[in-house]
Amino acid sequence: MSDQLLKVTIDNITVEVPNGTTILQAARKIGGDVTPPAMCFYTPLKGSGGKCRTCLVEVSKGSEKDPRPMPKLVASCRTTVMDGMEIKSITSQRVLDARAGVVEFLLLNHPLDCPICDQAGECHLQDLSYEHGKNGTRYEFQRRTFKKRDLGQYIQLHMTRCILCYRCVFTADQVSEKRVHGVLDRGDHAEIATYIEQNLNNEFIGNVIDVCPVGALTDKTFRFKNRVWFTKPMTAHRDCDKCCGEVTLWMRGDEVFRVTARKDEWGEIKTSEKTGKTGWICNDCRFDKKKASDWTIEGLAPIDRHSVIGQGKYKGLKKPEETIQKVLDGRKPRLLMDIHSVSEVNNPAIELSEINGPATSAVFKKNNHE
Amino acid sequence: MGRKLLLEKAHVEGIRYYDVYRREGGYRSVEKALKSMTPDEVTEEVKKSGLRGRGGAGFPTGMKWSFLAKPEGVPRYLVVNADESEPGTFKDRYLMEFIPHILIEGIITSSYALGANSAYIYIRGEYAWIPDILEQAIAEAKNNGWLGKNILGTGYNLEVYVQRGGGAYICGEETALIESLEGKRGNPRIKPPFPAVKGLWDCPTVVNNVETIAAVVPIINNGGDDYAKIGVGRSTGTKLMSACGNINKPGVYEIDMTISVEEFIFSDEYCGGIANGKRLKACIPGGSSVPILPANLLLKTAKGEQRMMHYEGLSDGGFATGSMMGSGGFIVLDEDQCIVKHTYTLARFYRHESCGQCSPCREGTGWMEKILWRLENGQGKLSDIDLLVDIQSKIEGNTICPLGDAAAWPVAAAIRHFRDEFEWHVNNPKECLQRNYGLAHYADPIHVPTPA
Repeated sequence: MSDQLLKVTIDNITVEVPNGTTILQAARKIGGDVTPPAMCFYTPLKGSGGKCRTCLVEVSKGSEKDPRPMPKLVASCRTTVMDGMEIKSITSQRVLDARAGVVEFLLLNHPLDCPICDQAGECHLQDLSYEHGKNGTRYEFQRRTFKKRDLGQYIQLHMTRCILCYRCVFTADQVSEKRVHGVLDRGDHAEIATYIEQNLNNEFIGNVIDVCPVGALTDKTFRFKNRVWFTKPMTAHRDCDKCCGEVTLWMRGDEVFRVTARKDEWGEIKTSEKTGKTGWICNDCRFDKKKASDWTIEGLAPIDRHSVIGQGKYKGLKKPEETIQKVLDGRKPRLLMDIHSVSEVNNPAIELSEINGPATSAVFKKNNHE
Repeated sequence: MGRKLLLEKAHVEGIRYYDVYRREGGYRSVEKALKSMTPDEVTEEVKKSGLRGRGGAGFPTGMKWSFLAKPEGVPRYLVVNADESEPGTFKDRYLMEFIPHILIEGIITSSYALGANSAYIYIRGEYAWIPDILEQAIAEAKNNGWLGKNILGTGYNLEVYVQRGGGAYICGEETALIESLEGKRGNPRIKPPFPAVKGLWDCPTVVNNVETIAAVVPIINNGGDDYAKIGVGRSTGTKLMSACGNINKPGVYEIDMTISVEEFIFSDEYCGGIANGKRLKACIPGGSSVPILPANLLLKTAKGEQRMMHYEGLSDGGFATGSMMGSGGFIVLDEDQCIVKHTYTLARFYRHESCGQCSPCREGTGWMEKILWRLENGQGKLSDIDLLVDIQSKIEGNTICPLGDAAAWPVAAAIRHFRDEFEWHVNNPKECLQRNYGLAHYADPIHVPTPA
């Protein structure tokens, strides 16, 4: 039974997955629009998920044996599939409404300070609100603020941006040896903080920056240095005795602005392909090795799915499979207007990853590439 | 006069102490269960009784017990939920304070049925003086051979521990309670797995309300069939109601679920009518999280029949025109009470008690509170009322634990039945600060459409 594949149907698309797979993982196998967004679930972190409620889906058929639908929407990241289960994600109005509601709740007290936020451009909350939210807010009260807390020389905490996904707490618990930060207080005044103002100084604590889906935890050594979409991600490695040493360098020209762990298309830490070690990187690699000469640069990093960095402009970009036609039972969505027929900006023929530095209007001038 | 099972001996002098309790027939159920019944027979008896959980959800207790996983070599636990924090509910407090031995007796019998060798009583922190009473009762029971090793020479061992909570409402949710009992932050767990499979210390656990466990005593003493004869339909046995608000005789009453709501409020045996000669405006029949009902729908159902005091009676008409039995916290509001202010007070409570784990509850409860504050203080807008309805619908059913529902239902019900009072607050911003809306038409007889 355990090695048998189970059939699951998500939005009319059937996949076969092994026993114990969650609905979210099954949906990620399909990819594209039917995959529920996940703000708090993080595969490498045990116990994460279930909290943000953005990944709610409707189970319209429980399983082959017990076809009753589940009365409530379920958190797809924490619900395992059954054989013959039928799930509605984007084909269910209930799910779309609930998801829009959750997005509104998450943005309720968010400061929306994207213009000065270092996470902008690779922020999952930005993507989420863009894809699933409504424009405008109905909230007419002051947004909550917190007392500032110092997390030491490397990590900047902006509690106002936090969505309390608990990922950093799990990371500190499972990756670094000693956790000195956690969630204090409860309800809408709950906050991530260190108890009795302790600094975070564990060797692996920098990884909390990578798991943070928003700009609540950012890299102090990169703070206000550059926008992420002006930097170019390059895969690189070095010999490190503490971690796998395989990272992504965020460069502009020859300058290394930022070092992060390697992430997959869902924004999750990748396991090292060469050594099979976990992809978490140490503070040395992350914060102190900021010269190109410290690293052996491999090449352009694959950029997928999320983030303005991608925008279909990178060579070797891994695009998720387009599912909308399958969801619509083979019908094609109606194209209202092809933007390229009226504008030369964003010309698909121009490979942005090949130009040096950020794109300017000059890049798109016709004679430039004729 | 209805039949009493739990509070029958409540007024016997010294019933709090072992000697009197034993003299009055206490611990008979333990003797009967341990000496003449197998654990499965005890569970079977509870199933037969039709006993439903008294904590609020009303889930059949026998069925809950039979769901308990029983893997070899893994300990099982019974946890008694004494974290009674629902506004308006104080029945368990009475039971533990005045007849602690009935709880201990129920724990021994239930633990025997479940095969648990350790039982915990998780009691809310604000009941600061009750753990001493319980611990004294446990010590008395132990000295007399009802607890410890080899109870009554049957080879069955049981220890009972009392654990005080930190005073959080959320720790009344069974998985949050278990987390708190393990010494962690009281956050509800994500289910499945359910406590019956993975509960305390990842072992199979049953969490039951104080009153539920106490009710096991008369069930074993008199037999499940006898218990099932009391009450109506699926509402068997007796229920403790903690009545409070604008009534003449607030207190804890034991009802046998055969009386009407009208009788409960107005008869001298129970609440004794509305205080100060005022008129009844509204009532929350089952603790703060269940829907509020206006006087007319409280006394009569939408079909024009008498509303009865039992699970089915109170929920007759669903959420549209009914409410719920809940935990039995019966809150009565007279004509001078303001529903908007009342709803705001509840919203403030739920905002304060939300654990902050999942986003709809964390953000939604605070938002609702702010809007209700604005409405209450004459600064609201008409659109706020629909906004509240929309917010509560986004919270309900989308959260990890039932606290989200508990926060959403009172707001939804208040607007469903008292929308004109909310509108009056918006349209009369100055007047609403001076006086209350009053009874208005909330006690008028309801129109019952006659079938053609």
